[in-house]
Amino acid sequence: MATAILTAAERRRPWLLLSPALVTLGLLMVIPMAIMFGYSFYFYVGGGRDRPDFQFGNWAEFFSDNYYHYAIWKTARVSAITTILCALMSYPAAYFIAMTRFRRKWLLMLLLIVPFWISFIIRTLSWIHILGGQGAINATLRWLGLIDDPIPMAYNEGAVILGMIHFLLPYMILNIYVSLDGIDRNLVSAARTLGCTAWQSFREVTLPLSLPGLGAGVLLCFVLAAGSYVTPLILGGPRDFFFGNLIFDAIMSELNWPMGATLSTVLLVLLGLIAIVYNRYMGLSRIYKGLSR
Amino acid sequence: MSDVGGWGWQAIKAFTVAVYIFMFAPILVTLTLSFNASQFGGFPMTGFSLHWFGVLADNDNILRAFRMSVMVGTLTAVICTVVGVLAAIALVRYDFRGKELINTLLVAPVLIPEVVLAIGLLLFLRWLQQPRTFLLLLLGHVMLSLPYVVLVVQARLIGIKRVYEEAALSLGANRLQTFREITMPLLMPAVFAGILLAFTISFDNVTATMFWRPPGVETMPTQIFSMLHTSISPEINALGTLMILITVGLPLIGGGLARYLARGQR
Repeated sequence: MATAILTAAERRRPWLLLSPALVTLGLLMVIPMAIMFGYSFYFYVGGGRDRPDFQFGNWAEFFSDNYYHYAIWKTARVSAITTILCALMSYPAAYFIAMTRFRRKWLLMLLLIVPFWISFIIRTLSWIHILGGQGAINATLRWLGLIDDPIPMAYNEGAVILGMIHFLLPYMILNIYVSLDGIDRNLVSAARTLGCTAWQSFREVTLPLSLPGLGAGVLLCFVLAAGSYVTPLILGGPRDFFFGNLIFDAIMSELNWPMGATLSTVLLVLLGLIAIVYNRYMGLSRIYKGLSR
Repeated sequence: MSDVGGWGWQAIKAFTVAVYIFMFAPILVTLTLSFNASQFGGFPMTGFSLHWFGVLADNDNILRAFRMSVMVGTLTAVICTVVGVLAAIALVRYDFRGKELINTLLVAPVLIPEVVLAIGLLLFLRWLQQPRTFLLLLLGHVMLSLPYVVLVVQARLIGIKRVYEEAALSLGANRLQTFREITMPLLMPAVFAGILLAFTISFDNVTATMFWRPPGVETMPTQIFSMLHTSISPEINALGTLMILITVGLPLIGGGLARYLARGQR
């Protein structure tokens, strides 16, 4: 670019175009995040009141109370299981969509987008119709005369994982698909010509070249899973709370805003660290490519 | 993994079908149950009935929540599209310092948990000592939808060749004319996609909305959530079916119509 010959007006133009977006996000995201951090040092008086302060009481409570550590561990564990299962389910499906010569491939793509249009809360509660006491599985088993009393399958950790996989699958499949679709088919042909078996050419050529897409899907799914709080509320039992549920309770039920701010900061920092590590090795731009489909 | 046609390929194909069934079976079950005559929301089916759709039409809370959702969604879509298109043009058509950083900032809301975004905005409001209002809900939804609109418009804009704009400029059109006559018409599909996407995200949002809604205000998803507390009533199933028909039907009809019209032009 010949930057030197641009006039001052032309140099200002992109910033002019960007200003509404930057003001919006600055006001609604950047400043609130800064205030959130500041608020974590406020003092909680009790009864929903707090006063400006600079003390480490909230942080001390967070670091000393095992309840919070358990919630973090539980959130991380369940999110990791969800993400891994999601990746295992998505890869073959994405591979099929990318490689198929099926004439109605557009239909498969369309069906991947359709879940995004269906209300998240409807999709989540529909699992109760599958797993619940009056759900499809129990109703079928009872009709077959195999059981008398329904098997409890809903309102536990497994149901939460299923619900989250259901919600995250399209994200994962799309991300893997984008990178599989971008692979030059000649490379696989070349590997085959040179004597690779089908499996070898997959392992040596296709799989490594699709890793960026897989990585992007994994990061996105983990972050979305770890930040969730509605799915555990609908599909989980009383013990199946995520870190997000603690934040909601601290603020909306206990009205302990400083503690809520502290816990929010913790979640932001932990997930931010993961994103930074990922960005260092893979680059975040990958994720955005998968999302713009 | 295997050549197209081999047994390995057949296994992948069967697995893919299973994944699609997994994705759609629960939704189909909900659709089916909404036509159940039974008093209860679950199985068994006792007969076909449209009774529960009639019950919905008499429920004032649901109608109010629906109107609220449509209003927030529409305003969110309009604001996001204007702001998002401008930002996308700047990011695709211009080179400037700090572009990477701006890009990351614009899509950051995707990677920050909604709970955290929601709390941040609420704390800001509390710090300013302002009450929760409709404006908060609207601006919040704008923040959540904006990244997706920017991404979609950006992807489309990259595909529009610069030469068209340069040709118009060299033929004497000024920048505004070029934008109006060349860029905008070419960008229209992306603008529509952006509007639809922003509306859907807003219409669907429950996590952040639970924090942001002003006292006494319900949107469609929060209304369903509050109805869930006891058990799944047949009313919820009917509501779900209605929402699916709207949010899936509209884009499909819109997309089909656009394709049909485009074919007619040729």
